[in-house]
Amino acid sequence: MPAAPSFSQQFKAQARRMAADLRHRGLIRTALAKYETSRDLQKSAFQDWQGARQAAAERKWDAINHLDTHLEAFASRLEARGTHVHWASTAAQARQIFLDILREKSARTIIKSKAMTAEEIHLNDALEKAGYSVVESDLGEYIVQLRGEAPYHIVFPAMHLTRGEISALFAEKLGSAPTDNPEELTMIARTVLRDKYITADVGITGANFAVAETGMVSITENEGNARLTAALPRTLITLLGIEKIVPKLSDLALFLPMLATAGAGQAITGYNSMYGGPRQPGECDGPEEYHVILLDNGRTQLLADPEQRDALHCIRCGACLNVCPIYRNIGGHAYGTTYSGPIGSVITPHLRGLQQWKHLSQASSLCGACTEACPVKIDLHHHLLQNRRNATSRQPIWWEKLAFRAFGFLAAHPALIDKLIPFARFAQKWFHGIVKGGPLDPARAWTATRDLPPIAPNTFTALWHAKQRAEHRKDDAPR
Amino acid sequence: MRVTLFVPCFMNAMYPQAGMSIVTVLERLGHTVAFHEDIFCCGQPAFNAGYWEEARSVAGPVVEKLAADGADAIVIGSGSCGAMLKVFYRDLFANTSLAPDAVAVGERTWEFSDFLVTKLGVTDVGARFPAKVTFHDGCHGLRELRVKQQPRRLLEHVQGLELVEMRDAETCCGFGGTFSAKFPAISTAMGEVKCTSALETDAQYVVSNDSSCLMQIQGLLDREHKPLKTLHLAEVLARQ
Repeated sequence: MPAAPSFSQQFKAQARRMAADLRHRGLIRTALAKYETSRDLQKSAFQDWQGARQAAAERKWDAINHLDTHLEAFASRLEARGTHVHWASTAAQARQIFLDILREKSARTIIKSKAMTAEEIHLNDALEKAGYSVVESDLGEYIVQLRGEAPYHIVFPAMHLTRGEISALFAEKLGSAPTDNPEELTMIARTVLRDKYITADVGITGANFAVAETGMVSITENEGNARLTAALPRTLITLLGIEKIVPKLSDLALFLPMLATAGAGQAITGYNSMYGGPRQPGECDGPEEYHVILLDNGRTQLLADPEQRDALHCIRCGACLNVCPIYRNIGGHAYGTTYSGPIGSVITPHLRGLQQWKHLSQASSLCGACTEACPVKIDLHHHLLQNRRNATSRQPIWWEKLAFRAFGFLAAHPALIDKLIPFARFAQKWFHGIVKGGPLDPARAWTATRDLPPIAPNTFTALWHAKQRAEHRKDDAPR
Repeated sequence: MRVTLFVPCFMNAMYPQAGMSIVTVLERLGHTVAFHEDIFCCGQPAFNAGYWEEARSVAGPVVEKLAADGADAIVIGSGSCGAMLKVFYRDLFANTSLAPDAVAVGERTWEFSDFLVTKLGVTDVGARFPAKVTFHDGCHGLRELRVKQQPRRLLEHVQGLELVEMRDAETCCGFGGTFSAKFPAISTAMGEVKCTSALETDAQYVVSNDSSCLMQIQGLLDREHKPLKTLHLAEVLARQ
């Protein structure tokens, strides 16, 4: 049996296919042009966006560099209100914690609001295999669930689909009449979902922030679905990565509008809720039981890297994906990771193995648009460089190393280059045309789609010499 | 002012006129230009690929020669190689014996348009170029060196020149050094987006302060037989 293609080979094949897909390119460009306009409008509502970024970076620096104490404070305050707090080192442990709770509650149906952390641990898959019925309540997430797909984007799971495609999907899976009216499409999904909230035994949510000071989970969303997911079922489970910490409640005054602006071009997200425990004595609503699962799953490895620790500042706004020219041309699915785009390329090698995922750090022109867009100032594109360095210093590719050594030798002997250039010029002029762009062309990676400029008739060094000689002659000429 | 010109390897072989144009512009402004024939490359290809040891073997002698040359400024006609000297040499030589020299060289190094506008305070170099042009921001110059207005100030003062902004001028052209050969499909898609933006302006020329971006853009335009041409900023500023 042939070996399964590596993650790198799969990525290259997917990227090649998507990069040539002009329909996809146009769709994403149009969608993101709208986002850019509203994002810029909302940014201008900040008195000083750059100052806000700096403040946010400093708050997250505090959160991450004192993560141990913040996490303990967060957990103990939740527990004081009767919340069960669980600590999961790995994805498998987290899944087991879920299964244990569900078994104890004799649950059968689960309603879930959007959580990338749940995607990260492949929760739905594990729950369905164990016989539970799970329904995603976020519209975009529900659409990709019906399609059996992973979310295309951290914030906009179904950004890659047109209204027509969604209508056809609903017609096929839900038996609805075709429509390209977005409100009607939303109503079709709502009718199905409302029923699920009422009958679900357990609700599962993610979290946007975890406030250490008050022991509260902050969830921000636009459809009210997370609120219903958290309020209606008797048991509520929240899964979150340990990096979600912010030290103080007042930090949300900065982070909530910042997340809305950078993530969706909104002044503030539609619904912002806080959860601090199960129903308290004297309260008339809320879940009877509340579980919070704190997930490590490789995050402490990133924490141990002083160079790239700031990647844990990430608030999962997706701004770096939106501006990334790679993401915009290959789309979210090509990455083959939970977290796509620049932040995914930075953290996936830490979470899932450097050598298996280093190709994502190489698949970048290092343009830095991501770093410029990041609201919490993660040095994203420089981290890609560091991943490349770490990957090659631990496991160099022999022919690359040899090629760079040979280049180094030539660079140290420019006189030799001067002697070789006429040969290269001759070969390019007389032979390259014969093989250009074909399988025998050594420069095929370039020439398959692009012309190569000719080596100049005279190099700069030659022109410089000629100029020097002319000036000497002028100086030496009798006056 | 005594200026040392740093000529990037591909500019030396493929775009020597861009380098000579920098010499012309600087000499016209009354500066003395020197060139180190024994410096060929800044070491960025190996650095970006992750081979820092090999990058240091190329860049080390560059630092030594430039640290000892006594010029008032080192000028580079490329935001990318400029960023290598000014920004990345610090990382590359951190905790080595060359660290102080690398920092000192970086501080004396200027991207060409930044040198004219910021260091010399010159925005009108007396050029004349009657054409409609659009400017492409090379990413390294733009984001590592904060060069954005400098080339535009210079172009605005060129007689007869009409500057039009393209959509997404700050979006990467997709060159990215070895990236363009390792991931040609992605690189090409990015380049096509850039060319579409440039063609939409109806400009006659795409001008940039980085020949490497222009190699990518021109390569795609030529393959599609488009009449739009690319030119290095210095070549525009040298025209009279």
